[in-house]
Amino acid sequence: MLTDFIKGIWKENPVFVQVLGMCPTLAVTTSLINGLSMGLATTFVLVASGLAISALRKVIPDQVRIASFMIIIASFVTVVKLLFEAHIPTISTQLGPYLPLIVTNCIILGRQEAFASKEPVSRSLMDALGMGLGFAFALVVLGSVRELFYQGTIADVEILGSWYKSMIIMVQPAGAFISLSILVALFKKISSRG
Amino acid sequence: MRQILKMVLVLTVLGLVSGLILSLVSNYATPIINENNREAIKEAVFYVLPNTEDYEVKTIEGKEVYVTRDSEGQVNGYGFTASGSGYQGTIELMVGVKPDFKEIQGIQILESSETPGLGGKIRGDNFKNQFRDKDASSGVSLVKSAPTEPGEIEAITGATISSQAVVDIINKGLEHVKNLMEAGGG
Repeated sequence: MLTDFIKGIWKENPVFVQVLGMCPTLAVTTSLINGLSMGLATTFVLVASGLAISALRKVIPDQVRIASFMIIIASFVTVVKLLFEAHIPTISTQLGPYLPLIVTNCIILGRQEAFASKEPVSRSLMDALGMGLGFAFALVVLGSVRELFYQGTIADVEILGSWYKSMIIMVQPAGAFISLSILVALFKKISSRG
Repeated sequence: MRQILKMVLVLTVLGLVSGLILSLVSNYATPIINENNREAIKEAVFYVLPNTEDYEVKTIEGKEVYVTRDSEGQVNGYGFTASGSGYQGTIELMVGVKPDFKEIQGIQILESSETPGLGGKIRGDNFKNQFRDKDASSGVSLVKSAPTEPGEIEAITGATISSQAVVDIINKGLEHVKNLMEAGGG
């Protein structure tokens, strides 16, 4: 059970190891808070749809499983989107179209196919939590790095002094690719040692 | 045959349950979202027309105009939203203007996805404050150096397209709302 949870965060981290879900990973990680909100929203959708699909795995006929998964996932994504707009409108504006686009995040459909549709509810919960938090962890790290080098802050707390000249490229797509590749390389280096 | 029936049944039930949940959540969230939007508009109106005490919404031909009054109850300006294409996606602005449409009081950016660090600077005070008490009797125009004539706005370095877009949106909006107010009995 615990290994189901841990693998998503470390050994099979969706971003750093599987390199899945690149669209939100690159697009919204301009700051720590954006990365964190996207990560948690995705975790919620993963857990909720994982639970539902695992519970219904014996009821859903094989031929229409993808259609069924999509109905379930899209419903939860819409719920998240409405709640974000209602309660944290500023973050919802920041994430823009990427919030409803969680529907197309391949981590979510991937975990349903590979795990939730075959395994019992408890294991699916652990798997979804691990994958979701692994994704959130990666987005937070990437968001912090980009925010730090863009404006010298992390979560709006000043880290580098006022002498720091902002690196505009870090909030642009090129900066996302550069930071992500360096982080993936670092991750590989660290995890291959252990 | 049984297999087909089962497929139809499962998808139908899933669809129904999903529809039920979504309508419940939407019923709960929509009023709050509308309230948030009204709040955002309100904040923008007070920002672009600084001496405003209160305002009322006037709808002319489907366009909302925010008629503002100062502390003495005199109409001191009109606020309205205007949008157009920027360098990346739509830019939406709130514009505040004096009742004679000859002087802009201020602008606020409601929505923009301009490049951060370049066009994104239209959100910055340096750019927005250029529009404070700006003569607009013949619209505003964009220049690339420090303004010398009334009604001139200095473009953001490296973001001429975004700056031009803002100026164009304002001019078009001013023209549009001015005609509406004259025709619709302002």
